[in-house]
Amino acid sequence: MKSAFWPMLWKEFIQMRRDPFTLAMMIGIPAIQLMLFGYAIRMEVRHVPMVVMDESHTAESRELVDVMRNTGNFDVAGVVTSREELRISIESGKAHAALVIPPNYLGQLKRGRGAQAQLIVDAADPLSATAAINGAALAATATSLSLTEMSGGHVQPLEVRVRPWYNPDLKSSTFIVPGIIGVLLAMMLILITSMAIVRERERGTLEQLVVTPIGKTSLMLGKIVPFIVVGYVQMTVVLVLGKLLFDIPMRGSLLLLYVLTMAYIVANLALGLLVSTVTKTQVQAMQLSFFLIMPNILLSGFMFPRDAMPVPAQWLGAALPLTYYLTILRGVLLKGIGMAQLWPETLALCGFAVGLILLSVVRFTKTVG
Amino acid sequence: MTAPVADAAAVRTEHLRKTFGPLVAVDSLDLEVRRGEVFGLLGPNGSGKTTTIRMLCGLIEPTSGSAMVAGFDVTRQPELVKQHIGYMSQKYGLYDDLTVVENIRFYATVYGLHGAARAKRIDEMLDDLHLRERASQRAGTLSGGWKQRLALATATAHEPPVLFLDEPTAGVDPASRREFWTRIHALAAAGTTILVTTHYMDEAAQCGRLGFLSRGHLIAIGTPEDVVKQFGKTTIEDVFVELQNRDEKR
Repeated sequence: MKSAFWPMLWKEFIQMRRDPFTLAMMIGIPAIQLMLFGYAIRMEVRHVPMVVMDESHTAESRELVDVMRNTGNFDVAGVVTSREELRISIESGKAHAALVIPPNYLGQLKRGRGAQAQLIVDAADPLSATAAINGAALAATATSLSLTEMSGGHVQPLEVRVRPWYNPDLKSSTFIVPGIIGVLLAMMLILITSMAIVRERERGTLEQLVVTPIGKTSLMLGKIVPFIVVGYVQMTVVLVLGKLLFDIPMRGSLLLLYVLTMAYIVANLALGLLVSTVTKTQVQAMQLSFFLIMPNILLSGFMFPRDAMPVPAQWLGAALPLTYYLTILRGVLLKGIGMAQLWPETLALCGFAVGLILLSVVRFTKTVG
Repeated sequence: MTAPVADAAAVRTEHLRKTFGPLVAVDSLDLEVRRGEVFGLLGPNGSGKTTTIRMLCGLIEPTSGSAMVAGFDVTRQPELVKQHIGYMSQKYGLYDDLTVVENIRFYATVYGLHGAARAKRIDEMLDDLHLRERASQRAGTLSGGWKQRLALATATAHEPPVLFLDEPTAGVDPASRREFWTRIHALAAAGTTILVTTHYMDEAAQCGRLGFLSRGHLIAIGTPEDVVKQFGKTTIEDVFVELQNRDEKR
């Protein structure tokens, strides 16, 4: 039975090499995903397009516009002269914010009773709205400080210094890229494994194998082991590209990361195997795989913080291996922590791996007759 | 290894029965196929031919009854049965992206052949089936007749004493079918027991004995001549059509 494992392995690698599409998917998809997620996902919103309606027409009002722009959160997209024009530019999407400086702005400033300017924000997208509001608050503080100073007043503002640990530049890519490894492995392993097995069933080769004395363990191992290799190759591609293109920190032990990844890979392979036991065609296998992958992206904390989710969504997230693997990925790469802190996640992952593989082996053995 | 039970029959079933839910696919089947015999299993679609072969190969478990193949019990010694049978279905079970010789080598290795013995056997089969000129062609690019030859090679890589063929010639041109049957007779002459299902009456006529299945029951058995006589017909095809008509009237 042990010897029958090697021909399976040999055959799988030949097939993999000869299937240009699968091969391209294995190497190309990590690269493409890295670009897509790494470059496109920006949680920090900068450069909100803003129109200015300056009714004051003074040096002070122009200065306020400059200060706003200097926060980096705004780009001046144009000048409007009426409320109607302002409304149109926001409705058309030309601008997501509008700064209105009233005619008496300078007068208010001079009287020293606090001047008012209005910032209208298109809050349909909460992320850019938040960025706009923060930018406006920052600009207002800066302006009033400089005004107070100019008028000879004494300034002793309260200062809170924020020290962002692990990701000092607050770059989204630093947060996203390690997670891509997890999402990618889940996607590829569930999809490719399930489709590879269902393909054998469709072609009649699975039946042909079952009438040989190969043994179900060899059959399954021969099918699964190549994908462990594929998983590690993909992980390495993302790590190398992540370092080169996004300068992802690697503070902890990479060896530890590779070892812990094994449990995650096995858990996902087992899921792929499970998918293959409940589907009859490759199309079904693909659909079910995507159905399983969606919650991984949405609920694991890959993009959206789990702290912000309602409790039932957090429970669902807790049922995903990726949730724990993300903590490990970010912990090892960004924080440089090890087993001392990551043992609960490791334990959870191992639990998933053992549980899922047992379940899928039982199901698989039943369905192949 | 457990020694096979000494038995003149290569395949012997007793009250073999298989049900899928309320459907009875095979019912109390008593069948005996002798060593070195080419036995044809005939019957309309859905009569239980494939189910019978799948039970004998250990692909599905019988609901009740027993079956001995090559001297081993299919339910109690499935692994031993698998070592002593070859199986070829109409799907062929070839890997399209492997070459002809890689397909043969893969199945030969799975059946436990190694080193010089394997090389010798692969050589033999490439010659016997005239596959040598196509040895490095991908199986997926072969035409139907060549695929069929290759499938026979992979199914007999380990020289099994019992060979099951489930509609092996479906959708293949007449020249290839004739060639295939020449090969079948050669295997039988060398001592291989062959159980084959077919819808081609000219092929049925080439079998040593025939068994007619209808709705899971064995309703006639004997040499082609016997069966024709038994039903008072002139050809096997007439017998077949007669049986199918009876089948549909019930």
